[in-house]
Formats: sequence, C-alpha cells, structure tokens
Amino acid sequence: MALKDITLGQYFPGNSPIHRLDPRTKILTVTLFIVALFTAKSFITYGLMFLVLAAAIAISKTPIRSVLRGMKPVLFIAIFTGVLNLLYSTGTHVIFTIGFFTLTWEGVFHAFFMVVRIMMLIAGTFLLTYTTSPILLTDGLESLLSPLKAIKVPVHELAMMMSIALRFIPTLIEETDKIMSAQQARGADFETGNIVQRAKALIPLLVPLFISAFRRADELAVAMECRCYHGGKGRTRLRQLKYQTADLITLVLSVLVTVLVWYLARMGL
Amino acid sequence: MSQPIIKAQDLHFTYPCVEGVSTAVLNGVDLDIQEGSFVAILGHNGCGKSTLAKHMNAVLLPTGGTVYVDNIDTADEAQLLNIRRTVGMVFQNPDNQIVANVVEEDVAFAPENLGVPPEEIRRRVDDALKAVGMYEFREHAPHLLSGGQKQRVAIAGVIAMAPRCIVLDEPTAMLDPIGRADVLRTIKALNRERGVTVVLITHHMDEAAQADRLVVMSKGKVVADGEPRQVFSHVEELKAIGLTVPQTTELLWQLRQEGLDVPLDALSDEECAQALCNLLRAD
Repeated sequence: MALKDITLGQYFPGNSPIHRLDPRTKILTVTLFIVALFTAKSFITYGLMFLVLAAAIAISKTPIRSVLRGMKPVLFIAIFTGVLNLLYSTGTHVIFTIGFFTLTWEGVFHAFFMVVRIMMLIAGTFLLTYTTSPILLTDGLESLLSPLKAIKVPVHELAMMMSIALRFIPTLIEETDKIMSAQQARGADFETGNIVQRAKALIPLLVPLFISAFRRADELAVAMECRCYHGGKGRTRLRQLKYQTADLITLVLSVLVTVLVWYLARMGL
Repeated sequence: MSQPIIKAQDLHFTYPCVEGVSTAVLNGVDLDIQEGSFVAILGHNGCGKSTLAKHMNAVLLPTGGTVYVDNIDTADEAQLLNIRRTVGMVFQNPDNQIVANVVEEDVAFAPENLGVPPEEIRRRVDDALKAVGMYEFREHAPHLLSGGQKQRVAIAGVIAMAPRCIVLDEPTAMLDPIGRADVLRTIKALNRERGVTVVLITHHMDEAAQADRLVVMSKGKVVADGEPRQVFSHVEELKAIGLTVPQTTELLWQLRQEGLDVPLDALSDEECAQALCNLLRAD
C-alpha cells in the first residue's frame, strides 16, 4: 500500500556537526536563512546563499539525492510560480512580443530567482527536519516560545500536542490501511469514479478512523495520567538542551550572513 | 511483607446512567493485596475485573465503600500523585499508552512528570529498559517494534516511575504467543527479583496459574480466593461461572469423573505427568 511510504518529519539519524547542534540554534538559523532569502535580489546575494546552503548540506553529510527528493513535491509549484512571474513581469529590455504578451529580460531573471528562492527555501527547511529528531524539534520550539508563557500562551501544551501528533502519525496510517482493506473486502471501491464519487467513498473510511482515534485519545489520556502527567508544571527533561560553542559560532555566522545579504541588497546588488 | 499495599473494603461501583440504565459492575468487593505478592485476578468478560483494576490507582473512584493504597484513601484528591506513583498501571493496548516516538523518551515520561533530576532519569530509564530486556532498542521508534516489545516498553515506562505495585490489565490480550510469553516472564522477574507487587488481570488460565494467589471474580464479586492449585481444583464451581480450567486440571478432572483416583491439584505439566505415572504404576 502506498500509504506506508509517506514519511513525515523525515528525520535521518546521524552524528554530523549539524546533527549535534542545539535544535534552537537550527530553528533560528533556518529562520534567518529564510529572511535572508527574501531580501536577496541578485546573482551575488543568491550565490552567497547558495554557497551557505551547499556548505551546510555538505557538513551534514546529507545525500544530495535525498535533498533533491525532498524538493520533488514542490517542483510543480516552483515552476508554476516561475511561469507566472515570466508572464506578468514588466521591464524595459524586451526580448520579443507576441500579441499582448511581452517577454522581458527582467521577467526571465525574476522568474529564475523565484524558482531558486523556493527551491532553496525547501532545501533549507528540509535540512532542519532531516538532521533534527521530531522530539528535539518540539523541545526546541517549546524552549524558544517559552517567553510567550508570560502572556498565557499554553506553550507546553502546544508542544505536547505536536509531539503526540507526530507519535501517532504512523499508528493512524497503519489503522487507515487496515480499515481500507476491511472495507475493500466488503466491496468498497476507493479507486474508480469521478472526484465526487471518490470523496463519498472515503466516508466509510473516515468514520471508523475518527471513532478509533477518539477511543485512542481517551485511553492515552488515562495512561498518561497513570504516569503522573499533570501538565508542564514542575516537569524535568531527560535531555537538557544546552548551547555550546558550536551553537554560538553558528548563530553569529548566520546573523553575519543575513546582515551581509541585506546590506548588499540595499546597495542594489 | 505482610502490610497490605492495596485494600478494598466493601467496594461498590456503578457506571453512571446511560439512557436510563445504570449498571452495577462491582457489588461489594473485599480484597487485600499484600506487598511483594503476585496476585492474578481471573474472570469472564464483564465480571468487573478491569473496573476493579481501575480502582487500584484512582482512575475510577468507588461509588460505595473505600479503597486504600498504602493506607491512603483513593478518594483523597490531594494525594492523587502519591497514589499513582505507588501503584503503576499497564493497559491492554500498548499502542495507546506509548507517548513518545523514541523508546527511551517514552520510558522517561513518568519520571519527567515527577520532576526527577535529569541524571537520575537517565539512570532509571536505563535500569527500567534493562529490567524488561529492551535496553538495546532504546533509540528505536516504538511503532516499528512488535506487540510484545511495545508492551515491554510500556512496562518499562511504569517501572521508571519506581512504583511499589504494578497493576496489569490484560497486558497480553493483544499479543501473539511469543509476545505473551516474553511479557509474562518479565512480569514474574519483576516480582521475584525486585520485590514489586504484581496484580495481573487476565482471562488466560495458564497465566493465572503462575501467580502466588488467584482471585476469581464473577458478577462483580470475588467468588474464590487462594493458591492457584486450590482454586483450580474446584472444577465444577469454575465451570458453573463459565470459566475453564488449565488443561492439566481438566485432564485429571475428566479421569476422576471416570472414577479413577488422581489428585486434582497437579497444576504444572510435570506434576500432571507424575500423577498419571503414579496412576499407571498403581495398576
């Protein structure tokens, strides 16, 4: 069944310097990377960003093929955006005109940069999920967002929800598979018909899936309470997040690169 | 050893009304569980054994009577955490009690909740995983383990809380025979080697036969209580409430029905074989 091939939060265990960075450092760096990507405007700035990204991928020992595979799902969106930019950009350096459609050099560059920007954006975030386990990722988010507790944002609860959701993805996929087989054994047809018929065919799949998910939620809540869960108050962690020298260097470098890109873009480069 | 860690006195429980029908599940249960013992609670589906289990760490509160855990009334809400850390609970479906997506993170869940310092959590997690024989799987994802392995991780998750008593509510019901044997071996080792009190809720005769003490429930009441070999020798009474007996006892009982002189309390395969040998030799 194809459902089983879905990988979400595709973490790949490893021991590269990037794997060992504190998750908070990685989240902040990726955020800065995205900001820098959106300020970049020219070959020089994009080239700089590309070098940074390539270096990060090399250090993390992520196989290039996996990175490319990670970008595949958004390829269509990227190209679509590129084409739109090609059609709707205005400029003075006209290449040719057919009817009311004018292709300009500005349009070509714009479209090219847009595609590069989306691809690099995906590659950067992919690197984050590829080198950070989901648990560390939620821990990092919880820690980064913890100042929001002051304004009564339930940060711990949100992080707990996220990690439980991640934990149950494979379980629910397996369950969906089972229900599908059970319904197919009784003559359900999920594969033919138009889109409305197919959507309707999903009802006998979704109803039992939801009922079972609610039952699971109930049992899990009792099991968690039996293990003394009482919210985030007074909770300690097995893994303590600790900033190290490597984190400091990474953060300083990413701030420098971001500022440099911003400065170059301002200078019109 | 002789102090009861769980004490139920005239325990009644009625599930709240659903469409005007309220069902009494427990009708006056008196039960003492001694610290350090291995007690099996046996009964048919719907006899109230799971409901009784849920009273042992205040998941459910009695509608009549009282339950004491280590001399604390379970109805005392201020003591809830104390009760829950004293009596741990393992449920039927391992998938629905594993919280994290890495084995050791899951085992760490209870001590994390209790605010145990990180170094101590690490020590407890390693210790608990070794106790259930899952140490080498500590960095695995739980959903890739077999049912029996998952259930052992769930047991480790409870042990890491350092409870004095573990209540297991049909922990083997969803497992294959190998998984069942592994889980049962783990439970027995916990009781023998670490002195943890074990309450095993089950409907498998052969599992119940391995306990020190066997409590049989029917219609919300305790109907038999004693050493497994004594309890199982009351074959007619057990059959009357719809339970079977272990195959060894069944065989000896049928021979006895035919008028042969065999003892009924030979529970293990060896004892049964011995009894049969004696019978043949007597001829």
